[in-house]
Amino acid sequence: MAQLKLVDVTKKFGDVIAVNKLNLEVEKGECFSFLGPSGCGKTTTLRMIAGFEDLDEGELSVDGKVFSSSFKKYYLPPEHRDFGMVFQAFAVWPHLTVYDNVAFPLQIRKIPRHEIAKRVKMALQSTGLTHREESYPGKLSGGEQQRIALARAIAINPKVMLLDEPLSNLDAKLREEMRFEIKDLQKKFGFTIIYVTHDQAEAMALSDRMLVMDHGIVQQVGHPLEIYNKPANKFVFSFIGLSNFIPVNIEEGKAVIDGSNETASFEAPLELGKKAFLACRPSEVDFVEEPYTGANQLPPAIRARVARRTYLGDIVDYKVAVGNAEIRIQKPRRVQGPIEGSLCTIRINRTLWYPLE
Amino acid sequence: MNTGNKLSTANIVLLFSILILVVIVAVPVILIFITAFFENGKFNIAGIAKILSDPDTYQALLNSLIIAAGTTLVSTTVGTFFAWLVARTDLPLKKTMKALFLVPFMLPSFIGALAWKVLLSPRAGYINKLLMAIFGLSKAPIDILTIGGIIAIESMYLFPFVFLQVEGSLERMDPTLEESARISGANLFTITRKITLPLVMPSILAGALLVALYSLAHFGVPAILGTEKGIYNIPTKIYERIYASGGSFNAIRVGTILSTILVISAALILKLQDMLLKKGQYQIIAGKSMRPMVMKLRGLKIPLLIISILYIGITVILPTVTIFLVGGLKTYGLSFELKNMTWNNYLKIFQWKMTKDAIWNSLYLSLGAAFVTMLAGTMISYVIVKMKVRGKFILQFLGVLPFSLPGTVIALGVILTWSGRFGINLYNTPWIIFVAYIARYMAFSIKSNSASLSQVSDSLEEASRACGATHWQSLKNIVIPLIKPGMISAFFLIFLPALRELTTSVLLYGPTTRTIGVAIYALNEDGETVRAAALASIALVIIFAGETIIRKFLARLDQAKVKVQE
Repeated sequence: MAQLKLVDVTKKFGDVIAVNKLNLEVEKGECFSFLGPSGCGKTTTLRMIAGFEDLDEGELSVDGKVFSSSFKKYYLPPEHRDFGMVFQAFAVWPHLTVYDNVAFPLQIRKIPRHEIAKRVKMALQSTGLTHREESYPGKLSGGEQQRIALARAIAINPKVMLLDEPLSNLDAKLREEMRFEIKDLQKKFGFTIIYVTHDQAEAMALSDRMLVMDHGIVQQVGHPLEIYNKPANKFVFSFIGLSNFIPVNIEEGKAVIDGSNETASFEAPLELGKKAFLACRPSEVDFVEEPYTGANQLPPAIRARVARRTYLGDIVDYKVAVGNAEIRIQKPRRVQGPIEGSLCTIRINRTLWYPLE
Repeated sequence: MNTGNKLSTANIVLLFSILILVVIVAVPVILIFITAFFENGKFNIAGIAKILSDPDTYQALLNSLIIAAGTTLVSTTVGTFFAWLVARTDLPLKKTMKALFLVPFMLPSFIGALAWKVLLSPRAGYINKLLMAIFGLSKAPIDILTIGGIIAIESMYLFPFVFLQVEGSLERMDPTLEESARISGANLFTITRKITLPLVMPSILAGALLVALYSLAHFGVPAILGTEKGIYNIPTKIYERIYASGGSFNAIRVGTILSTILVISAALILKLQDMLLKKGQYQIIAGKSMRPMVMKLRGLKIPLLIISILYIGITVILPTVTIFLVGGLKTYGLSFELKNMTWNNYLKIFQWKMTKDAIWNSLYLSLGAAFVTMLAGTMISYVIVKMKVRGKFILQFLGVLPFSLPGTVIALGVILTWSGRFGINLYNTPWIIFVAYIARYMAFSIKSNSASLSQVSDSLEEASRACGATHWQSLKNIVIPLIKPGMISAFFLIFLPALRELTTSVLLYGPTTRTIGVAIYALNEDGETVRAAALASIALVIIFAGETIIRKFLARLDQAKVKVQE
């Protein structure tokens, strides 16, 4: 049985539908991410799970127990849900010491004093804050403050941990470090993670499964690699990783890049119509050395002009022009590529097709 | 690059700025201390002890403390409660209520006191008479001419200080601070007690200290409600001594000693506030704007709304209406019936020399002082914020000094400085009030201008210099246009309070130099209640109009600012 279950969950703010008929099951011990641009409804969904927002329609249950339901007119307030939660802005209480911050949820639960001391110590140890017990949060760095928030959330040993963009206030290096720490904590304590982020690399690195959302509607649910390799639609493809969308004209299943006089053509799926997008990742376009042979190969090699070439450290980023299209290509630095302004031949190795709208 | 020429311009500006503050602020304060501590060139602690142990002055000191403490307590409770109601509950009409709770700021407290005296004085108060008639009482049930009455009336008009501070910090507080307590298992009551209240405590205390500072040195309300029954606080005692002795030096000396106590208390309060702001003010402001947690009032919703509206009605509308009605009475004491009313009183305000003079004096003195103080404040702020010259710490010190100077103290200092001691005698001329206003409001100007100057990045001026503009051209074309809104709001911040000023003017006026505040006070003292009320009504019309204009203007500024930031 799924631990967390959402059925037709809908939330409206005035006329705006923030979350539209969301259905989801999260298994026990899973690390599940909500990914999407800001305003897509991911945070609203998390806040409904936490109980800060009631849902307008649908039902939410945890371990088979109903937490919010529009059918049964039931709503369990957040203080009775026994979740752990970490917020983007840390939300550690500046007037309490690190120890008191972490002890707070335990004191609320009227746990005996010596037991509180034991559990706070354990939580602080797990987050590497042992030596900070008596400090006030204002004196600590952002990373340490977020560790307090984590320690406070794990202190009650929750079954489900809700993380609302917990790393986006940290600098890049610390962010990467903390990702692993969160994973380690999960292994140690075995809680289920619901993780909200707009950073796809973070979601990829952390999640067992993830959900991509836009305009309150679920676009795709699946394993990170599955979503990367088989994006369900144009939005998912463009949101996850870098992407090229090349306008093509199609005639009888043969697609030619818009504005190019190339004779070479791609095999296009038949249902697309006359105009469509050919989509590909910049890393999956190759420069081909062999003499230009044109139409006879599949996928076809095509002629392009290098409009721009930029070094990004280990990677070289090219922009090449074909007809009216500009295609971005990324290659490792060790790959010999053409110079800016020169003509070259490229081959798109993996193609995806999307209708114009 | 610093050429010798530029350095000297900077130094001239610095010296000129210091000179202004020394003449306007420092000399009067020093003279007060000297007069207080030295007699005939000798340090005189015995004289001070004698004055302080005099039961008359001792009682005034004690009263000042009691009134300030009581007012602070009541204002803080009322202000915090209404702030919470507006910021953190589902009270209906919240936006309107928030605006309404700031209206008491507009009503000068001495005019409020005048209205309440008309309503609740034990002898002839209209409400008292009404209650006596209804319940057949032989004695007036409520006596406003008491220390309790003074505290109640001061609190009515001072609580917005606390309301503003607390409401602001409750509204800007990061809601996740409370949400994380909630997800930790705490209920709303526990969260309020253990998280919310401690986090807004610095704001509550800051508001409370502002009230204490104001009330301690406040003249208007105790003067109108207390003196009749012999209740004096420090400012009214100083006034009484100087007035009774016809401005004798001995009375002024007593005044300086009491002033010294005021200055020291004010300095202590400000120091305390500074410490609180530095150490206690937590970073609780949210990055993301999210709706804060709101408590559902359920059945209490409508009763609390009614209480709030009643509160505004009783503290603002009732006194305002009373003032206008009394101003229209043919004779004071008549009942408010149409046959007893006349427009003549209002028309006559513009015909009587005394009231006509008062309106005219107040208008040009406050306009002039606002303009001069705004310009001087801009220059001084520029030196403090932008210029790299040695010796500007003197300016920083002198610039904050006026904050801790109560109006009474400034008046005494100005008397000591400008009564011929240095060859210039401004006594009994409007100029002495003008100088006093500049001293009193310089702090406002420096604060407002410094705030807007520090938002103008140095690089903007440097970019203009890099384009070939001279220092002066950069100032004129870049800096001044950017800080103009700050300058204009400084102007209004001075003009509006100066228009209704009483505490300072009452010690400085001469036969032809009464201001509106002084004229209302004097008319009331002379038993001309109707005339006082009529003049007060006209003052209220001017003040409301001014406030409305400035609010519209500031709202437009805010919108413009948002646009720039976007």
